[in-house]
Amino acid sequence: MATDDRFTEDFREAREDELLGTIAEVVTGPVADWATDFSHVEPEWAADPYPIQDDLRQRCPIAHTGRFGGAWLPTRYEDVAAIAYDTERFSSRSIILSNFRPPRELAPIGGSPPISSDPPFHHDARKLLLPAFTKAAVHRQEPATRAFCHSLIDGFAGQDVVDAAGDYAQHIPIRVISDMLGFPPEDGPRFRVFVEDLLEGINLPPDERIERVSRLFDYLLVQVHDHIDNPRDDLTTYLLNAELYGHKLGPDHVVGTMALLLIAGIDTTWSAIGSSLWHLAKTPADRERLVAEPALLPTALEEFLRAFAPVTMARLVKEDMNWHGVDMKADDWILLSFPAANRDPAQFDRAAEVVIDRTVNRHAAFGLGIHRCVGSHLARMELRVALEVWLERIKEFTLADPAAVTWSAGQIRGPRSLPLRIR
Amino acid sequence: MKVRIDHERCQGHGRCYDLAPGLFGDDDEGYGTVLGDGTVPPGQEHDARLAELNCPERAIDVEEA
Repeated sequence: MATDDRFTEDFREAREDELLGTIAEVVTGPVADWATDFSHVEPEWAADPYPIQDDLRQRCPIAHTGRFGGAWLPTRYEDVAAIAYDTERFSSRSIILSNFRPPRELAPIGGSPPISSDPPFHHDARKLLLPAFTKAAVHRQEPATRAFCHSLIDGFAGQDVVDAAGDYAQHIPIRVISDMLGFPPEDGPRFRVFVEDLLEGINLPPDERIERVSRLFDYLLVQVHDHIDNPRDDLTTYLLNAELYGHKLGPDHVVGTMALLLIAGIDTTWSAIGSSLWHLAKTPADRERLVAEPALLPTALEEFLRAFAPVTMARLVKEDMNWHGVDMKADDWILLSFPAANRDPAQFDRAAEVVIDRTVNRHAAFGLGIHRCVGSHLARMELRVALEVWLERIKEFTLADPAAVTWSAGQIRGPRSLPLRIR
Repeated sequence: MKVRIDHERCQGHGRCYDLAPGLFGDDDEGYGTVLGDGTVPPGQEHDARLAELNCPERAIDVEEA
């Protein structure tokens, strides 16, 4: 049996020691004023964040909250872009805002490189991943993705109402990324739990959050050992063999990147597919036009990504400073809302409307600057194929019960229950 | 008309080679590249403009002849 002495019990213990950071008091409950007490985990935000963001952009474009130990929320495109580009003053060492701040010593690598990495390390860690996620590389996943989408729709036979989020959108990125990582396809249902633990459990008591996150790492270690014993042509074996600066990657780096690829690819794309179907279900004119003009889909898809950008990132302020008129303190969070940037009327004409033939669309759904989503080509392929297959197979569909649609809370937003009447 | 990519700004979003595949390609890491010397053949001026106007990083420059 093959061995790899990077992945021993000592590695787990060392990792746990690294979890020493600072913990803020958990604050929950209704928001008093979004300008001074915002919370992206409250139900009002999950249900419809756009009016809140539009209001803030008018009256308080860099909002603050004392929750999570202190955080800022810029809602203008220019401020979001400036922070995304400014890696000198804003660190990515944690990109999920919670009550736990990892220690500064975690930079520049962070817990899940390269998304959690700062320059100069970031560039080298990112370079390792880029070739696997080019447009040509992800094109190889397209036939299997298309066949899988068809099989999901085959499964709707005999049903008048289906859950387009739970029974369609969710499964597509789970299948694609588990194939790429070389994880057993039957483990898919567990990934949804990992995603919820990591991204939606941010306001749980810290002990409980750490416990939940460690379940993901337990799972990933099982996969690591399986790949050490049985190397194969997939991203996990690739990461186990990859070298940086003449050495194999550290165990934290390997497992942290596996966590990133698994989690970041799932509910982001799931959300984008779900939001697009939600819009089409309630907007017959757009649905009919896309059924009649499939060639418009790539353009429409960019508009869905703009209007319903699923991903908000976070940064940590490096040092006390006055930034664009507000006094930021070291270790304050920034909630970097690409969705808010994408609806800034100063940047986009008819920003609040969904214009499916919008031809000028410099949206920031995949981020801006050095952290541009590594999986953006994969996400675009999955979103396009998912919508092509759906519109080819199900030309007429409506919201079965608008009140039954539920949305995820936290930094990734999309429908989690989306009952659609399909006949 | 000529197109250029500012490689300091390009982050590999790939909008240029999606929208104007006759003018742009990508390298092994997904960053945009200009095909040939960047001269825009007749009939592809619209594609060149689309690529410029959709680059999220404003990395594309279209130079009028």
